[in-house]
Amino acid sequence: MSTETSPGPAPAGAAAPPSTKPVVQAGDRIFSGLAKGAGILILVVLAGVAAFLIVQAAPAFFAPAEDIPGGAGFLAYVGPLIFGTLLAALIALLIATPLAVAVALFITHYAPRRLAQGLGYLVDLLAAVPSIIYGLWGAGTLAVAAVPLMQWLERYLGWIPFFAGPASVTGRTMLVAGLVLAVMILPIITAVSREVFLQTPKLHEEAALALGATRWEMIRMAVLPFGRSGIISGAMLGLGRALGETMAVAIVLSVSGGITFNLISNGNPSTIAANIALQFPEASGLTVNVLIASGLVLFLITLAVNSIARYIVNRRREFSGAN
Amino acid sequence: MSIDTTQRERADQIPPIPSGLEERGQLPRWAMPGALAASAVVVGVVFAIIGFNVGLWVVLTAVLYAVGLYAWSRAVEGRRKATDRLVTIIVSGAFILALIPLVSVVVTVIGQGIARFDPEFFTSSMRGVVGEGGGAYHAIIGTLIITALAALMSIPVGLLTAVYLVEYGKGRLARAITFFVDVMTGIPSIVAGLFAVALFAIIVGPGARFGFAGSVALSVLMIPVVVRATEEMLKIVPNELREASYALGVTKWRTILKVVIPTSIAGIASGITLAIARVIGETAPLLVAVGLTTAVNFNPFDGRMATLPVFSYLSYATPGVPREPYLERAWTAALVLIIIVMVLNLLARLIARVFAPKTR
Amino acid sequence: MNTLRHGSRARLAAVGFVASGAMLLAGCGASNESAPAAGGASSSAAAEASGTIARAGATSQQAAMEAWIAGFSSVAPDATVNYDPTGSGAGRTQFTAGAVQFAGSDAALDEEELPTAQQVCGGADNVIQMPLYISPIAVIFNLEGIQTLNLAPGTVARIFNRQITTWNDPAIAADNPGVALPATPITPVNRSDESGTTENFTEYLAAAAGADWPHEPDGVWPVQGGEAAQGTSGVVGAVGGGQGTIGYADESQAGDLGQVHVRVGSAFVGPTPEAAAAVVEASPRVTGQGQYNFAVELDRDTTASGAYPVVLVSYTIACTQYSDAAVADTVHAFLNYMASDEGQQAASSNAGNAPISDSQRSAFQPAIDAIAAAG
Repeated sequence: MSTETSPGPAPAGAAAPPSTKPVVQAGDRIFSGLAKGAGILILVVLAGVAAFLIVQAAPAFFAPAEDIPGGAGFLAYVGPLIFGTLLAALIALLIATPLAVAVALFITHYAPRRLAQGLGYLVDLLAAVPSIIYGLWGAGTLAVAAVPLMQWLERYLGWIPFFAGPASVTGRTMLVAGLVLAVMILPIITAVSREVFLQTPKLHEEAALALGATRWEMIRMAVLPFGRSGIISGAMLGLGRALGETMAVAIVLSVSGGITFNLISNGNPSTIAANIALQFPEASGLTVNVLIASGLVLFLITLAVNSIARYIVNRRREFSGAN
Repeated sequence: MSIDTTQRERADQIPPIPSGLEERGQLPRWAMPGALAASAVVVGVVFAIIGFNVGLWVVLTAVLYAVGLYAWSRAVEGRRKATDRLVTIIVSGAFILALIPLVSVVVTVIGQGIARFDPEFFTSSMRGVVGEGGGAYHAIIGTLIITALAALMSIPVGLLTAVYLVEYGKGRLARAITFFVDVMTGIPSIVAGLFAVALFAIIVGPGARFGFAGSVALSVLMIPVVVRATEEMLKIVPNELREASYALGVTKWRTILKVVIPTSIAGIASGITLAIARVIGETAPLLVAVGLTTAVNFNPFDGRMATLPVFSYLSYATPGVPREPYLERAWTAALVLIIIVMVLNLLARLIARVFAPKTR
Repeated sequence: MNTLRHGSRARLAAVGFVASGAMLLAGCGASNESAPAAGGASSSAAAEASGTIARAGATSQQAAMEAWIAGFSSVAPDATVNYDPTGSGAGRTQFTAGAVQFAGSDAALDEEELPTAQQVCGGADNVIQMPLYISPIAVIFNLEGIQTLNLAPGTVARIFNRQITTWNDPAIAADNPGVALPATPITPVNRSDESGTTENFTEYLAAAAGADWPHEPDGVWPVQGGEAAQGTSGVVGAVGGGQGTIGYADESQAGDLGQVHVRVGSAFVGPTPEAAAAVVEASPRVTGQGQYNFAVELDRDTTASGAYPVVLVSYTIACTQYSDAAVADTVHAFLNYMASDEGQQAASSNAGNAPISDSQRSAFQPAIDAIAAAG
């Protein structure tokens, strides 16, 4: 599988001193061919996955409604799951993105230079924690700590539908699941934003400072416009993880309800990925097909989200170096 | 060029810059710590009257500090300086806020995992072990081999694809690849596992469970992350560098290998580490595709292997009686997993430093 | 040129470093896996078993399987048994696809799966199904100062159906004279994943509580809007983490949480292994599905004294014929060990399940002895 695409030293060996022109062109052709081949390989793999998914999912679409779990057809089954997936990911993204940008700015532009690398490493550490640990931590530590907060929200902000309550006594709610996801995607967004901020042309930054701009004005005028596409890319990588996160959500979230905007009760909609993890082991027959079909839906959701992000990024292409 | 336009738009709002800063006064050096201490005391006094709560005290202190310093600075130094100070407080506050879950997670994992962090854990497998004792040597080996194979497949493919997209890709193929890489980021992890099982069921027949199948499953999850992260880093390499290289008569592929990739190597290394961190903790696809065993197995092409996340998850989810030895093994396995990723992260940074151009 | 050379040397060094690290690791085996020492039970037939067999199936059996596999490795040091706890459904699917030699499942093969299994095994009488793992399901609760409560099946059903919402409800008080019940609201906790435990529990409620439980038995919890948690560990954690919570979980994992004694006939019976084994023994066998199929129709509304009807029964599914002689020997030796008194005690001490009775063992023995190489 990997043999045909390994970038190995083969083209480097083939390259003679740069003066002999035809050989060099051959190296160029080999290299671009390899790059193209890698891209095509991805298409092949994806075609395989897609074929597998569609074949496995197809029975769920054609089965009579009463055979689908829940007895009301596929759409009724997957609807609350889509809602739950989007809601949890949205909470995570809303919390994590501003925080991640701030953290990346702190590391690149505020922290003393000597400290900065260590701090970056510290945040990368968050990405190293496996999702089960986030699940156990979320259910055992964060959820318990969040119980008073949610009781407070219910008492004082209960008139907002999000906090209608009744507040869960165990804390394993949609709000906490969103928080756990936010913590999980924070390092991803931070890492990408940080690397992009570091690449901001020094000339732009120095020009801004030379004009007498304060540090914040320099960041707003030079760093953020340059890094915008990177931030969006990082946010999308994070969102992809939040949408597809399985174990952490399965452990943290108390899933036993349909569509609701209530973030602090114990009846929450499940997410697609968590639902697959929870139901797949004991499933047999048509239920397996239904679960895989729900995976196909997750596929489509991610695709839609990414396409929107691409559209936004492409509108601001002028900041890319290689255009 | 972006500065020019922004500057022009803002020219009417901002007073002439040289005069703006000179004429105003400046806050004393002790302003920031002083204001912080004052806020803490004020909020503390209020709380002493109405009842104490540590969390709320910290939050309110921070808010009072931000508002207070902004007002003070605004009065003395003017709006622009005040905004700058406010943003500094917000950015630093965000960083501290982000550290809280990190510290909490690390304290939890170390606190629970240190109990079994002993030599036996690293030298024994679980073969013939019931209850107390035993270790995760077999799972550590399994995780290292399976992840290494996955990385070996994903990094070249992902890196080359990103190079293609940024340097060569024009037209429909590049668009198709971009599109489908986006699609791949949406594959639920268990589906990748099931796909690997189905693939090898066709190639070697049903019931094939071996480490390499797990590597393939992980690659499916890892490749899109590598592509997306690397693509972003290659894009921001300034075109001037490429053009300078071309002008010196260097061919395109050597420019890419010797100029573009080394310039962005730190970002690429960071992206690859993220991708490895993303897949090394996967449970469901590995359990489905690789199975589980209690003994050490070095051969990824024959027989089941244990992996750390699966080992950790099952020890937690299906403990025996008494539970404690199982839970302790689960947490220690998690701790080891984190340490492995940390070491990989360090290694990636080291390699990046070796390859990076020595400019700054 | 000088810097270039320096770069490639550093690169080589890095590669060498990584490679030597890998070799260092590959050099040594696990300290507890030294060559098997001769001795012990080396004279028995089991010791000659040397195949590698794989089993997939129910997560509920994982702790017991650990004990069985560990115990078996001292009886037959050359044989290897692997267990993938991927779930009952996956276990049955893989067994009928011929991907594993035998399976573990919380539910017996259904009408669609049985013919396929019979085909894989080569005959209607060649499929073995034995309830070798029996575990009592405890109804657990967290109320300060109360360790046991007596409840009628109907009361349990109405609590989990959220019709009884506080602990001092007259229906609870009636069966517990002298217990000071608080006015705490009841938070029922159920499994969020599909599970054999839920299926067995709802089966019990549907059979024993009658009109008080209007839902069909199902592996997916039928009542919406309650607290839900993943797996036995999750339910135990959630019940232990809240006040006034009640849930259901394997008795062995209940820890020091309060446990419900359910009414059977006129007495209240607690979840003990003996009481669980008693109800399985008293239940009729499903007929007409082959001579070695020991699937049982559990008698949930039993009134037999001393029987505890809230039990989880998990099956071991295998064939009587295998084309490979080494595999057949190993399966035979392993199942023999699982069903033996020694094996059942080993599992019970690690997983807390109920050992099967001697009369069941003698009923299963012909099936185990029938396992042989085909042809």
